[in-house]
Amino acid sequence: MRQYFGRKLLIYALTFFAAVTINWMIPRFMPGDPIQGLVARAQVADPASVDAMNAHYRNLFGLDVPVWEQYMNFWGALLRGDLGLSIWAFPTPVSDLIVRAIPYTLALLIPAILLSWWAGNRFGAFAARRKWLDNTILPVGYILTATPYMWLALLLAWSLAIVAGIFPVSHAYSFSLTPSWSPEFLGSLLAHWVLPFASLFLVMFGGWAIGMRNLIIYELEADYSNYLLALGARGKLVRDYAFRNAVLPQITGLALQLGTIVAGALVTEIVFSYPGIGYLILQAINSQDFFLLQGVFLFIVLGVLIANFIIDAVYTLVDPRTRVRLQGAGA
Amino acid sequence: MALRVSDLTVHYRTLRGAVKALDGVTFEVGDGEILGLAGESGSGKSTLGKSLIRMDGRMRHVGGTVELDGKELPIGDDGAMNRFRYKEVSLIPQYAMSALNPTRKIGKMVADLLDSHGVRYKSVEEELGRRLDLVELPAEVLGKYPIELSGGMKQRMVMVISTLLDPSLLIADEVTSALDVSTQKAVATTLAGFRNRGFVKSMIFITHDISLTHQIADTIMVMYAGKLAEKAPADTVVRAPRHPYTKALINSLPEVGVQYAERKLAGIPGSPPSLLNPPAGCRFRDRCPLAFDKCGEQPPAVEVAPGHLVACCKA
Repeated sequence: MRQYFGRKLLIYALTFFAAVTINWMIPRFMPGDPIQGLVARAQVADPASVDAMNAHYRNLFGLDVPVWEQYMNFWGALLRGDLGLSIWAFPTPVSDLIVRAIPYTLALLIPAILLSWWAGNRFGAFAARRKWLDNTILPVGYILTATPYMWLALLLAWSLAIVAGIFPVSHAYSFSLTPSWSPEFLGSLLAHWVLPFASLFLVMFGGWAIGMRNLIIYELEADYSNYLLALGARGKLVRDYAFRNAVLPQITGLALQLGTIVAGALVTEIVFSYPGIGYLILQAINSQDFFLLQGVFLFIVLGVLIANFIIDAVYTLVDPRTRVRLQGAGA
Repeated sequence: MALRVSDLTVHYRTLRGAVKALDGVTFEVGDGEILGLAGESGSGKSTLGKSLIRMDGRMRHVGGTVELDGKELPIGDDGAMNRFRYKEVSLIPQYAMSALNPTRKIGKMVADLLDSHGVRYKSVEEELGRRLDLVELPAEVLGKYPIELSGGMKQRMVMVISTLLDPSLLIADEVTSALDVSTQKAVATTLAGFRNRGFVKSMIFITHDISLTHQIADTIMVMYAGKLAEKAPADTVVRAPRHPYTKALINSLPEVGVQYAERKLAGIPGSPPSLLNPPAGCRFRDRCPLAFDKCGEQPPAVEVAPGHLVACCKA
């Protein structure tokens, strides 16, 4: 067991190194020069001043040394926990921006992913043995999952916010309020949260339900189910067994989704102008903010790796077959 | 009589119509008797086995009755049948290797199954231990997952589980087809041992392997295209078969000491008729070397000697 996790950790470390290196490279391959944008924002006409500003900023961001040295400096700073300054929100440090955005992303995605997973699996298992549900609600699930997410989100925003006026269209809270723990502010936060949450929940729910339905039908036709039924086992016992076995692939799917949590829901956050990580990514790309992009990507890599590691561990608990393979078969 | 099946007719529903897989089969199995049920694929032997314990969704009980120990089995009613399953009628399936839930410890699975029938695990635990011992499985297997057992161990485990509540009738459906020859013999002998010890009162041993059946069965019943062809004591079927199909089947078995390079092994030319619209009269007619005009009518099963039934007008 220890050897298994040791080997896994080594693989994760290698993956981390490679992924972070690629993250460092990607923004630098993008066309354009972020410093020029930053200088242009200052609207200085005098060429001498522009040159001076250019030099100052290049020095400040460490872009005036050879590329290999930039790369070394990057790792050095990273290990000290320094992600650098943002160009887009100059001079705010990248880590501050990320820390500010993360609560919104997590509050949106964790409930959406976990609730849709739970409800989708339950519903899919239930629909698998009810013909009428299978024939009515499931097609709706197919449509939901097949709908381009962007369109569904826009449709929700348009119908429930703009036409019906039940929920606010965008942002995380009303700009007339200052963030505090007052009931008024929390209420505003909740009202702004409903639509982006609902749009994510609906789409993911459909996917989980369809997957579970297919898996459970497969399990109910498996030999062990037939054997139990032939020996007159209660229907509930057979269904419970089938559910437990069908849920294993779904756990893997959940892991992959949880890993991308920190990436935020890019499209959701854009449609609803929700100030999470996805929104930061968009801003960073628009203003060629190397450092912000690097920082956000670093979080995504860490998120995916940690989620995968947790699922590896969970799998050894819920699926005895993994455990046997680790320890070697008994007889 | 432990089991009395009269005129049992079972069809499969398909998009093209009803497949008459079992067409008016009548037979009896006595207390303590092992009935070997033989026939080629599509003869209806597995359908018969399934009908007696659990029909699958496509099967329909069209007619006939099944009586076990004087009580009629509601074979067409899945819910009502549950009362009889496991306690009265039990099954060792063809797929013993995959019959156990892979994510449940075997002992826990047995407890869950017993619980379904209102039997407490504690009350049979001792007997379970004795029977595991009998088939040479250590008691520790109950704390293991199926993947930790070898194929042969799983097979024996399933045999023990299926017979744990001493059913009156045990259906062993092609239990040996996935095993190597030496294990086949051991499994067959174990099953006969279960009968001798009274774990099961009577048994239907379904197989396409007549020579294996001969080793453990008291009586052999040969089926062809959904109908009974011949039923007789095991020795009689093998040594003095009367039905042309049985004769052909026995002749197509290899014999020890014969070089088949010199003499070609006889087969049975042709194939069984489609059961979607079976021809009138004897169903073996098209492949039968003895067929004549009279075979256009369905021959009744006639008792040509005590306990020897043959459905052929030439016999």
